Amino acid sequence: MGTITFVEHDGTSHDVDLVDGESLMELATSNGVPGIDGDCGGEAACGTCHVIVDDAWIATTGTRSDEETQMIEMSPECAPNSRLSCQLKARSELDGLRVHLPEFQM
Amino acid sequence: MGTQRVVIVGASHASAQLCVSLRRDGWDGEILLIGDEPSLPYHRPPLSKTFLAGTTTIEDLHIRKPEFYEKEQVAFRHARVTRISREARTVTLDDGEELGYDKLVLCLGARPRPLSIPGMELAGVHYLRDAADITAIRDSLAGASRAVIVGAGYIGLEAAASLRKLGVEVTVLEVAERVLQRVTAPAVSAFYDRVHREEGVDLRLGVGVLALEGEDQVTSVRLTDDDHIAADLVIVGVGVLPNVELAQDAGLAVDNGIVVDAHGRTDDPDIFAAGDCANHYDARYDRRLRLECVSNAVEHAKSVAGAICGKDKPISALPWFWSDQYDLKLQIAGLSTGYDTVVLRGDPAAGRAFACFYFADGRLVAADCVNNAKEFMFSKRAIAEGLSPDRSMLADPGTPLASLLQASTSPTG
Ligand SMILES: Cc1cc2nc3c(=O)[nH]c(=O)nc-3n(C[C@H](O)[C@H](O)[C@H](O)COP(=O)(O)OP(=O)(O)OC[C@H]3O[C@@H](n4cnc5c(N)ncnc54)[C@H](O)[C@@H]3O)c2cc1C
Ligand code: FES
Repeated sequence: MGTITFVEHDGTSHDVDLVDGESLMELATSNGVPGIDGDCGGEAACGTCHVIVDDAWIATTGTRSDEETQMIEMSPECAPNSRLSCQLKARSELDGLRVHLPEFQM
Repeated sequence: MGTQRVVIVGASHASAQLCVSLRRDGWDGEILLIGDEPSLPYHRPPLSKTFLAGTTTIEDLHIRKPEFYEKEQVAFRHARVTRISREARTVTLDDGEELGYDKLVLCLGARPRPLSIPGMELAGVHYLRDAADITAIRDSLAGASRAVIVGAGYIGLEAAASLRKLGVEVTVLEVAERVLQRVTAPAVSAFYDRVHREEGVDLRLGVGVLALEGEDQVTSVRLTDDDHIAADLVIVGVGVLPNVELAQDAGLAVDNGIVVDAHGRTDDPDIFAAGDCANHYDARYDRRLRLECVSNAVEHAKSVAGAICGKDKPISALPWFWSDQYDLKLQIAGLSTGYDTVVLRGDPAAGRAFACFYFADGRLVAADCVNNAKEFMFSKRAIAEGLSPDRSMLADPGTPLASLLQASTSPTG
């Protein structure tokens, strides 16, 4: 167990319980975090699960894959720490992780 | 909790999003979800993709986990709605019970278009729409070595790819002269034609099916050119029909889907429709549309939730779609209907990655992107913004796409 925090663009934050092995997209949608839709169910096909990992955490989460880069790069809100949250699996080392949501998903 | 009740019929993509959006938009009354499939809403697209070939269960495909519905106080009832009474504002279930509603949302989806030929009742013959179909197909697959797929649309081709992965011999039959004829440009059809043949599919075009033959179990397929093909599994994927009867019987307007306005409202102010069953007015394309894709179901649901909660959120998002076959990830942005020019970036005649852009009156309207996620995301943005990127620069894979977003002219600007 642990907690992952999703911070909306307007600063509202949502703490959700960390479930080992589930993707951050699944955690967000199961807990009704606004701003993450996950329309393709985690296939890295839709780009509606974009998050930006807090600087302090990027070493632990790791940076995005080429596949993710292709999907995120065209977003006006693409940042160096941008990830597709469906490709980021929760694990106990991520207890306390903070990720920020862009203003719009594409 | 408020005393009003929203009843949602159909446990579907649209209804899962509706539960989310209703609560987010402030609905504090009851939400009752009634579905005739035993499961909570699940992702349908994997059925013909990973699910057909894999070992995942329907629980793995839930759009939202069961805990979500508990937490958001959404009640689920496994039943079929047989009638709507608009005067009494009730729905009748198949066990005879009547339940009242204040707002009613029809998320009825679509059903496979039936193929009216002899032999459809034989064992080993399937449609492919829901989880029960997949369970039945998986059963038929045990011991099957030869499959015939009727229809070379996305579902037929995805099923072909999944079955090839399992080592099954596959024949695909299509009455049209090319695969995906209804939805893509000839260059894209030719690409999928080539790849399926490279993967060992026996693809037969311009040929129809006369009958399915066998004692109890299908053993062969008779074609319009009088040829026979041996088969122990047949999957029929020849399109879908929207489920409109419930609405029609209640006197609501129906015309290729349940007719709704830009907010998903029918001609009864308390009844809405969303997803594959709904035909909406679309401002971007300035015409009525009935689409069959997840993005459309999700967008409809957001608009309907807004309308129910007194928020103005007209249907406006750009439709998009995807299809996985073999190592190909196809992503489609926008609608190509009415295009006059296509621009290719990369070569569909060789290799397995390219993009096909569709233009109408100089404006980018749609794109089919194979193993080119960046082109897809570029297109989503460029189409939504109404851009007209320079065609020769777009055709040159050396042109950075980002530069085309800046350099493009919007027709109004
Ligand atoms: C095999 C397959 C692959 C697909 N692949 C893709 C893809 O890659 N990308 C994409 O975007 N789209 C894809 N689609 C299409 C997508 O799944 C649909 O557009 C989407 O499911 C539509 O959702 P919906 O909300 O309209 O309803 P549906 O998901 O069709 O669900 C409607 C539900 O309502 C129920 N129902 C109907 N009548 C009643 C009644 N009277 N009482 C109670 N319940 C009722 C039905 O049984 C069903 O459970 C695919 C579809 C299939 C079948
Ligand atoms: S859920 Fe679709 S890309 Fe992540």
